Amino acid sequence: MSIAALMQEFDVFDAIRDPSPKEDDAQATSEELRARLVQATGESDWNRLVACENVGELEKFLRREFPRQATVYDTTIKRRAFLKLLGAGLAMAGLAACSPPQGEKILPYVDKPERIVPGLPLYYTTAMTLGGYGMGLLVRSDMGRPTKVEGNPKHPASLGATDIFAQGSLFTLYDPVRSQVVLENGKPSAWASFQTALANSLKEQGSDGSGFRVLTPALSSPTLGAQLQTLLTRFPGAQWHQYEPFNEDNVRAGSLLAFGEIVQTRYDLTRAQVILALDSDFLNSGGGSLRYARDFAMGHQVQAGQSTMSRLYAVESTPGLTGTQADNRLAMRASQIAAFARAVAAGLGIAGVPAGPLENVPSDWIPALVSDLQAHRGSSLVIAGDGQPPYVHALAHLLNDFLGNVGSTVNYTDSVIVNPTDELTSLHTLTGDMRAGRVTRLLILGGNPVFDAPVDFGFQEELARVPFSVHLGLYANETAQVCTWHLPEAHFLEAWSDTRAFDGTATVMQPLIAPLYGGITAHQLLSELLDPSPRTSDAIVKAYWQERSRGNFEDEWRTTLATGVVADTALSPRAVTLNTGWLGDVPPEIPLQSYEVAFCPDPTVLDGSFAPNAWLQELPKPFTKLTWDNIVALSPTTAQRMGFNTTIAATGGEHGQVETDLVEINYGGRRTQAAVWIMPGHADDMVTLYAGYGMTGADTSDDSPAYNAYALRTSDAPWMGTGLELTPLHKRTSLATTQFHSNMEGRDLVKHTTLDAFLQDPDFAHQPEPALSLFPPQNQEPPQWGMAINLNTCIGCNACVVACQAENNIPTVGRAEVLRAREMHWLRIDRYYEGEGSALQTFHEPIPCMHCEYAPCELVCPVAATTHSPDGLNEMTYNRCVGTRYCSNNCPYKVRRFNFFQFADWETPSLKPMRNPEVTVRSRGVMEKCTYCVQRIKRAKTTAEIEDRPVRDGEIVTACQAVCPTQAIVFGDVADPKSRVSQLKADSRNYVLLAELNTRPRTSYLAIVRNPNPEIQDKS
Amino acid sequence: MAQEINNPTRAPVLAPGYTYRSVTDKISSIVLRGTPRGWYVGFAISFLLAMLLLFAMTYLLIAGIGVWGVNIPVGWGFAITNFVWWIGIGHAGTLISAILLLLRQPWRTSINRFAEAMTLFAVANAALFPILHLGRPYFAYWLFPYPDVMGVWPQFRSPLIWDLFAITTYGLVSLLFWYMGLVPDLATLRDRATKTPVKMFYGLLAMGWRGSVYHWRRYHKSYFLIAALATPLVVSVHSIVSFDFAVSIVPGWHTTIFPPYFVAGAIFSGFAMVLTLTIPLRAVYHLEDFVTMRHLNVMAKVMLASGLIVAYGYMMEFFTSWYSGNTFEQFMTLNRAFGPYAVLFWLMMLCNVVIPQALWLRRVRANVILLFVISILINVGMWVERLVIVVTSLSRDFLPSSWGMYAPTLWDWAVFIGTFGLFFALLFLFIRLLPMISMAEMRELVQETGAGEAH
Repeated sequence: MSIAALMQEFDVFDAIRDPSPKEDDAQATSEELRARLVQATGESDWNRLVACENVGELEKFLRREFPRQATVYDTTIKRRAFLKLLGAGLAMAGLAACSPPQGEKILPYVDKPERIVPGLPLYYTTAMTLGGYGMGLLVRSDMGRPTKVEGNPKHPASLGATDIFAQGSLFTLYDPVRSQVVLENGKPSAWASFQTALANSLKEQGSDGSGFRVLTPALSSPTLGAQLQTLLTRFPGAQWHQYEPFNEDNVRAGSLLAFGEIVQTRYDLTRAQVILALDSDFLNSGGGSLRYARDFAMGHQVQAGQSTMSRLYAVESTPGLTGTQADNRLAMRASQIAAFARAVAAGLGIAGVPAGPLENVPSDWIPALVSDLQAHRGSSLVIAGDGQPPYVHALAHLLNDFLGNVGSTVNYTDSVIVNPTDELTSLHTLTGDMRAGRVTRLLILGGNPVFDAPVDFGFQEELARVPFSVHLGLYANETAQVCTWHLPEAHFLEAWSDTRAFDGTATVMQPLIAPLYGGITAHQLLSELLDPSPRTSDAIVKAYWQERSRGNFEDEWRTTLATGVVADTALSPRAVTLNTGWLGDVPPEIPLQSYEVAFCPDPTVLDGSFAPNAWLQELPKPFTKLTWDNIVALSPTTAQRMGFNTTIAATGGEHGQVETDLVEINYGGRRTQAAVWIMPGHADDMVTLYAGYGMTGADTSDDSPAYNAYALRTSDAPWMGTGLELTPLHKRTSLATTQFHSNMEGRDLVKHTTLDAFLQDPDFAHQPEPALSLFPPQNQEPPQWGMAINLNTCIGCNACVVACQAENNIPTVGRAEVLRAREMHWLRIDRYYEGEGSALQTFHEPIPCMHCEYAPCELVCPVAATTHSPDGLNEMTYNRCVGTRYCSNNCPYKVRRFNFFQFADWETPSLKPMRNPEVTVRSRGVMEKCTYCVQRIKRAKTTAEIEDRPVRDGEIVTACQAVCPTQAIVFGDVADPKSRVSQLKADSRNYVLLAELNTRPRTSYLAIVRNPNPEIQDKS
Repeated sequence: MAQEINNPTRAPVLAPGYTYRSVTDKISSIVLRGTPRGWYVGFAISFLLAMLLLFAMTYLLIAGIGVWGVNIPVGWGFAITNFVWWIGIGHAGTLISAILLLLRQPWRTSINRFAEAMTLFAVANAALFPILHLGRPYFAYWLFPYPDVMGVWPQFRSPLIWDLFAITTYGLVSLLFWYMGLVPDLATLRDRATKTPVKMFYGLLAMGWRGSVYHWRRYHKSYFLIAALATPLVVSVHSIVSFDFAVSIVPGWHTTIFPPYFVAGAIFSGFAMVLTLTIPLRAVYHLEDFVTMRHLNVMAKVMLASGLIVAYGYMMEFFTSWYSGNTFEQFMTLNRAFGPYAVLFWLMMLCNVVIPQALWLRRVRANVILLFVISILINVGMWVERLVIVVTSLSRDFLPSSWGMYAPTLWDWAVFIGTFGLFFALLFLFIRLLPMISMAEMRELVQETGAGEAH
């Protein structure tokens, strides 16, 4: 019996409910609370707290300050009752100590389980689902604790790589703020009480289940899909709705338009020579992005002995990572892209495409693009972005068909998503039914529609009318607070389930750990409804696959779990018939009023589902390098016209703190305040609003200018609209950024050239041999560790940064400390801009420690806390460090990070098992930095020694290297000329940063070669 | 007299009309007579500020170095600025007492005791900062080469280790020198004191000085020896402090001119501080006869000379950064003058280069008020100079991606202001308890200048 349940019991006995709920006051901060405490005049001092009890924001304050305790905070418990409970709790705690453990005996190992060696990690396959699509994972387990997420090399959507969300999911698993208690009307309850309530509710409802609704995000889980189908069969009156704020509605509608049915489009970028991305960030978002990024990177570089590479044209509204890889990039308003696509189609000679007016497109662009596409029939590719209207998607299908790409670079399969539907319509139907009182029971399986549903639906008000609503989720979020019941959901690393990748490949997701907070799965919840005696998730998932087994199921099952993929589940391409009847029905162009608006998910917290995740909050966003806040992005021209500017702050800035203007946004009569960010490469006359912030109870500070973009987003224009007005408030606000200066100041930091120039002068990146040094040479006997980073293929996705954070127990420091330029990331990605207008280039440059042979940091440490190892590592001995910070001052690459406070959380119990046991958790006052994952090096060396052999090339994979979707990072022995890293370093594009300092870095870079179309001049 | 003030160069180092007795009377009476009310006020203010230092230090040690404004890339801020500044202040004392003694400059006599005390207190303040600025100050002793059971030694290539030796040596020699010089005067005070506890106090400190010829012979010998020992320290300490910067590779730090430029700067600021302190003291305690216009004039000239060396240093920094053709150096120089910290740079130029030029004028050197104002401005300028060197160089170095600004927090200021409290509290105690002018040497001066017989 949990304490929460005990409290529930007492609740019944005692008249502890506050009879008169008092009205809420507005804003109250801790200072105000304190002031009230001081001013409060009760009969005696102990009565003062009563004066604060009714402060409206007290609960909000509590949620922010003590998130873990807030869920069980009950305002209605009075002091006397609280003391009673305290006493009872004390007594019961004693009782609990007497009770036997549940059903099992605890014994030390008599026979050690196979494969469990204390100190050695084990890896299990599983998968993560994002936007409905699965990504295969290998998760490291240290004595039963999941400690690191890696990609599953056998999984088609991963190939060993992961994205930031998979890396960040580990933090979510251990997040102390995760929902831990069943809530009934916001009060702590118990699973058993819910079961009773559910059973009663089922009894009340008619056998056909009318009034029963289920709301899920788009999902591909075969088992869950089957369960939902069973539910719909069992209760014919029930309905299944789907909703996600950033969904594939346009993609599906485009498919319906072009083919008359919903099919899955799958690209093969290995064959694509000329790619046209129409506002599509295919390298960084969507179910296949990791795979696409890998395939794209392979073709988008000059391989040894070749003189060609693929070419990417990107037409973008809001800058995306795909645009940074483009050889020719054009910024235009999102609504203009349809006209651009039509112009391309017309240029290709497709009949019946009505041409439209085109603004701001250089005259040589479309002819050059068209002739390039024509020259690459069958090896070209047109990709439309999720935000583009169905017409553009249909046009992309048409263009691919016309260019003969179908069957080559484009394939169509059945939909991977179970029961694909128009999600906006689906949610609209649900809301309408709720308004009409037709919904009596609602299950919300994940998601947060109260927060992210279109604001015109009034979802929250309608949901509040549903007499029996259940929210299953990882967090007790806005939706949980409106529903009658909230159930803590088991994290995917705690639960059995299954999912399908973008190509249909199924993966059985297996748990790495028992639910930390007693969460349950959607499978279990549905089983409560469907099965006479509820089954566990593993039984449900296993039974599903057993039914479909053709051979020896147990063997298959083992193989499935071991490989992480269910054999032969990839969907095979199928034929489609293209209609062209829609071609003339061009959606009417809405004339621009004031500003156009585009809604985007935030780059790191996505639609808000990762907003509570500190790793992802503190992860610098790819373009802005901002942490902890969202902004309103606009182009430099637009900002100039509005008189906005963004400057360094006198109170510590540039790196850390930036001051920018606050504006009031007025869109369709709805207003909000937000901070302006000037984003080079952004389309003019357009404003991008990033969703995912502004949640109630999210971990942000009072002075954060974060805003809720969903409060402006309506169902008629979920992706783009027009008529947004900006009113300068003539107020400034501070933003926490890790890099503000984006100009290289003429310093040769990112070497880059064009393909033509590169073929003329392959040695353009050549640096002279290192100068002589007064210092004695370092040991050069193998092995000597080094790293090569291919800037040509780095897409700036940030996965390496989070991977490094997870692997090396790097703490997060919070917004206030980022403002003071004290973030702790060992690996950062520098972002530089060069050029203007259509010639703008954005570069990403990952900067780990350079492990200099003549390391300036080593020379100046007074206590020899940073020293050189015989295998070429620049090592940091935390125990010896006294914290002079001299090493950091003398590091020209500024890769060293200092624990100005006790940043590592030594208190929170749930964060302790998350940490990598092989890496020290640092204390206050010591310096730290990238170690080249020395723990991985040591482990490989130990294994090699046990097996009496040298360490093999590729055996040591650093955390950043492992996650990289494009394999841009290669680590190995530079003393071995045959190693991959040596071969890369022998490449003519290889160079080191700041070679003139003669630090002889072990980390080197491969220069960027872009392949712009020579027929397009840099004219805008 | 009027003529002498107009021509301070010819003013005597000791006003005429003094005998051995009157000199001794005048100086010892400050210590042995009652405490003036002004002293209590001054000491109370200083003591309160010293308590502020204690408070700020305690908070710093409890909360961690993060309460200061330092960050990445600017790992050093106020602490190192203050450290260099205080150490520099100390230099004047040693220069006056040791080098000028060896050069037999009679004008040093009436200010050397005071300047030495100032040196000691400044060094005490300076020594706080290298410890306080550590991430883990409780391990500061790891910098000492002590026989560790693990066989771990300091890393001798680090300038911070050289610093440690330089400062401890300097502090120790300064203390010895100061105390040695005090012994005959302590004996005088012992002999003149009327109350037994006071007699006991000075008697203990006087260590049995009886003024025998042997005593005087040995005293003079050892005093000169220690002076000879302290002389190279004047040059070495600030040279080594400058190595903290010059040995690194940070643009704006990595400069060979730093050692002489730092030494000149130290003497510059040290003399400024001596003037800042002497001018009010001589007025309050009516010591115009001992610390005459001649003294102020000579000190102003030293300030002018060392200030010109400093200005030359600035010039050479500009020249070398242009001449080197090194983009990082060139950018750094321009950034100092026109970047976000330009205000500090121009303040430094104004205080350290422009304003001291007024000292060319005899009329300015003869004006006590002007001298006082100029000396304070030079103190401010030299502090700003150190801040400019420490902060602007770090804030924008090699990779523009890492550029970042530094701003002090309230705790930075509290520690800085608090060190003034400690400095002045010690100085007030010194004035009250010990003779601020060497009586023994003044008596020698009476004899040497024949001041007693002039009238």
